[in-house]
Amino acid sequence: MLKHILTSAVFAGIAAGVFAAIINLWAVIPMVMEGELYESGARVHFASDGSPQSDAGSPSVLEEPSRHILPAAFSVVTFTGYAFLMIAGMALAERYGRSLSLRQGLIWGLCGFITFQLAPAMGMPPQLPATPGPEVGARQLWWLMTVVCTGAALGLIAFGRNAITALGAMALLFVPHIYGAPRLDTYFGFAAPELAAHFAGASLAATALTWTALGGACAWFWLKLQRD
Amino acid sequence: MKNDEIKVEAIAQNADATQADAGLMGIVGAIMLGALLLFSAGFAQATVMHESSHDMRHAMAFPCH
Repeated sequence: MLKHILTSAVFAGIAAGVFAAIINLWAVIPMVMEGELYESGARVHFASDGSPQSDAGSPSVLEEPSRHILPAAFSVVTFTGYAFLMIAGMALAERYGRSLSLRQGLIWGLCGFITFQLAPAMGMPPQLPATPGPEVGARQLWWLMTVVCTGAALGLIAFGRNAITALGAMALLFVPHIYGAPRLDTYFGFAAPELAAHFAGASLAATALTWTALGGACAWFWLKLQRD
Repeated sequence: MKNDEIKVEAIAQNADATQADAGLMGIVGAIMLGALLLFSAGFAQATVMHESSHDMRHAMAFPCH
């Protein structure tokens, strides 16, 4: 059992992690690098002359290829971690007699996206460099609380049997957002707002895609290794 | 004869229980391993970890610096 879980999680995690690294390098990382131009002061928005204009355009990821090796490796580590959690969930569901198919795997992936990306983004949107925020420990704690509550809520919706579990799930979905994410009481960001918005949208779209791929890959490897 | 049957049944039940426990251990082990990987990739604040995973943390929306 443990061997099955380990093997399928590693395979699915590597597949999704490489996929994520490619999508991010293409669509997201260039904007991280563009944000850093504001962070370092190489580009200034609302300059001292009062002009709100600044140049647009992201640096190419090909300019400094070695910079992207470690983040790509960490993307594989991250998705392998997520794959372990997802396959543990799938194995647990199977223990209680729930079936699994490739299509259901895609839904698992979407639920992972909602749990780990979309729900936290409601309080703390994906953050461009050059966006000062509250103390990182407080944000990590809120992120963790949101992930646990949202994951539990989706589990109750998927596997709960009656109205009470559905109501409990609704409550759990709202708790972290009523409590509220840590925020600064002033706006501080010094990058162009269009860039920050584009970055947040692209980051969420990229993770939606990679999480769905992860769900499909987890189900596929898990079912295949069980058959063999 | 009857005793033997009972014994066989008991052994079979025991084997089932052991298998179920092994399954649960596997699931718990996977959760712990997954949490460990996520902590090191997304949460650890040691400078070297932060530097090397920086772009990915931003792209994946982990709370970063």
